[in-house]
Amino acid sequence: MLSVEKIAKSYSSNGWRGPGRHLVLKEVSLECRPGECVGIIGASGSGKSTLGRLILGLEQPDAGSVRIDGEELGRRSRRGAVSAVFQDYRSSIHPFFTVRQALQEALGGSRRSGDSKRGSSRKLETALEQVGLDVSYLERYPHELSGGQAQRIGLARALLTGARWIVLDEAVSSLDAPVQVQVLELLREARGTYGTGYLFITHDLEAAAYLCDRIAVLHEGRIIETIETERLGELRTPYARELLDKFRLGHALVPRQHAAITKEERG
Amino acid sequence: MKRISRLLSDRLALLSLAVLAAIAAAGMLAPWLAPHPPDEVNMALRYGPWSLHYPLGNDQLGRCVLSRILYGIRPSVLLVLAAVLASVLIGAAVGMAAGYAGGRTDALLMRLCDVMLSFPGYVMTLAVIGVLGVGLQNILLAFILMKWAWFARIVRSSVRQIADADYVRFARTLGTGSLAILFRHILPVCVPELAVVASSSFGSTLLQVSGLSFLGLGIQAPQAEWGMMLSEARQSMFSRPELMLAPGLMIVLTVSAVNFLSDAMQQAVDPQAGSSKRHQPERAEAALIGREVA
Repeated sequence: MLSVEKIAKSYSSNGWRGPGRHLVLKEVSLECRPGECVGIIGASGSGKSTLGRLILGLEQPDAGSVRIDGEELGRRSRRGAVSAVFQDYRSSIHPFFTVRQALQEALGGSRRSGDSKRGSSRKLETALEQVGLDVSYLERYPHELSGGQAQRIGLARALLTGARWIVLDEAVSSLDAPVQVQVLELLREARGTYGTGYLFITHDLEAAAYLCDRIAVLHEGRIIETIETERLGELRTPYARELLDKFRLGHALVPRQHAAITKEERG
Repeated sequence: MKRISRLLSDRLALLSLAVLAAIAAAGMLAPWLAPHPPDEVNMALRYGPWSLHYPLGNDQLGRCVLSRILYGIRPSVLLVLAAVLASVLIGAAVGMAAGYAGGRTDALLMRLCDVMLSFPGYVMTLAVIGVLGVGLQNILLAFILMKWAWFARIVRSSVRQIADADYVRFARTLGTGSLAILFRHILPVCVPELAVVASSSFGSTLLQVSGLSFLGLGIQAPQAEWGMMLSEARQSMFSRPELMLAPGLMIVLTVSAVNFLSDAMQQAVDPQAGSSKRHQPERAEAALIGREVA
C-alpha cells in the first residue's frame, strides 16, 4: 500500500510585503493499493504536481510522510517502488540519448539488473512492443519521435524500472485528442499486464474517469473529496460539483466513448 | 564513438582540425622548422622580397618573416588556447555548482561573478599588469581572471534550465547521484553552447593579446608574436602592405579554423543539430493512428 500521510509543503515567497511562505499542500492524506489507479484532479495551482513530486522524492515535505507498506521512504531512492511519466514529452527523454540508452538507464545496466547484454536488449524490445512500438525505435533520438511516441517510450521506461506505482503527472495533457485516447488505452493495458498502480494527476476529469478507480479532488492544497469513479455523480462539495458540471457540458458538446460516465448517466 | 565518427565525416571539420593540428605542430617544432633565428637582425635585407632563403621575405629590421610567424605560434595560439581552456574549466565548474545547487551557493557564486564582471575588461587587465608587471603570462592571467565569470554565468543559466527538465527528474527518481546527473545528463547538453562561446572567445582573446602587445604591455620585443608583427608592419602599411599579409592571414586562418571546428563539434555532440530527415515524427504518428483506427 502506498500511503501519503498528512503531508504539507510550503515555498518561500518574496512579495512586496517582504519574505513569507506560501502553503501549497495542507495535511494531505491519500492511499493507493497495489494495482489501483487513483486520480488526483484539481485546477492549476491546487498543488497536485507538488504532491506528485513529493511522492517521487523530488522534493522533501515540511511535515508528513510517504510510506510503502508502512515503511517511510524519506530521502531514499524510489527505484522499484515509484516511477513517473511526466507531462512535457519534449523534455522527458535526454536529448542526446537514443531510446535504447534512455530505456537502458531505467533498467539500471547489466550490473544492477543482473541481465546479460542480450537479455537486457530483449527486455528493452519487449517493453517497446508492450507500448506498441517496434524495435526500430531503439536507435532513434527524442527529436525523431512525436508526442505520442515519446509518451509511450516514457511509459515503457517507467515500467522497466519495475515500479509498483507510477505517477502520471499530466501525462496525456499535452497530447492531441486522438493520441490521448491511444495513450490512455495503453495505460489501461499495461495496468492489466503488469498490475501497476497509477497516481494519475490531471485537470481533465474525463481522462481521470476513463482510467481511474477512485478520484481525489484537490482544491487549494487540500483533498476535499475522494470518490469511486462509478459514483462520480454523487460528488458533494461545491467545487467538485462545479468540475463535474464543466465535464458534463464538455461531454455533451463533444460526445466520446466513456464507460464510467455512460454508466453514471444510465443510473 | 558515434560522435567522433560524425565529426570526422564533416569535411570542413576535418580540414579545420588538420589546419589547427598543423599550426600547433609547427609552433612546437618551430626551433627545427624555422629557417633563421626569429630575432636575427640583418639591416642589409630590410624589406627584402620573397626568396628561396626567406620564403616570406624580411621585415623592417631584415628579420625572417617566416621564422617569426613560426615562433609567434606559441604565444599567439598555444598560450591563448591554454588561457581560454583554463577560463572555460573554471567557469564551467563554478557555473555547474551554482546552477545545480541553487539557493545560497548560487547567490554567493553569482554575486562573485557580478563583482568580476563589473570591472571593465581592459581596466582589470591593466590593474593586473600594474601589480604583476608587463608580460604575456600576466596578460593571460588577467584574461582568465576576467573571463571565467562570463563562462560561469553562461553555464549556470544552462544548468538551471536543464536541471528542471523532466529527464533529469526521472534520473533523480532512479536514485542517480548528483555528480552522475551533472556529468551524464547536464554537462553534455551544455557543451554545444559552451563550445560556440569559447571559440568566439578564443578569437577575441587572440586579437586582444595582439592589441595589448601593440601597446607594449604583452610580448616584449624582440620576441615574435602575430599581433606585434601586425602593429610593426603598420608603420609601413602604405609602402610595404605585404608585411601585414602573413600575420594577418595567420590570425584569420586560425580563428576561422577554430570557429568551423566548434560549429562541427556542436553538430557532432547534439544529435538534433545534425539531424537527418530519416524519421518524420508527424508522419509516423499519422501512420500509427491510421493503423490503429483501421
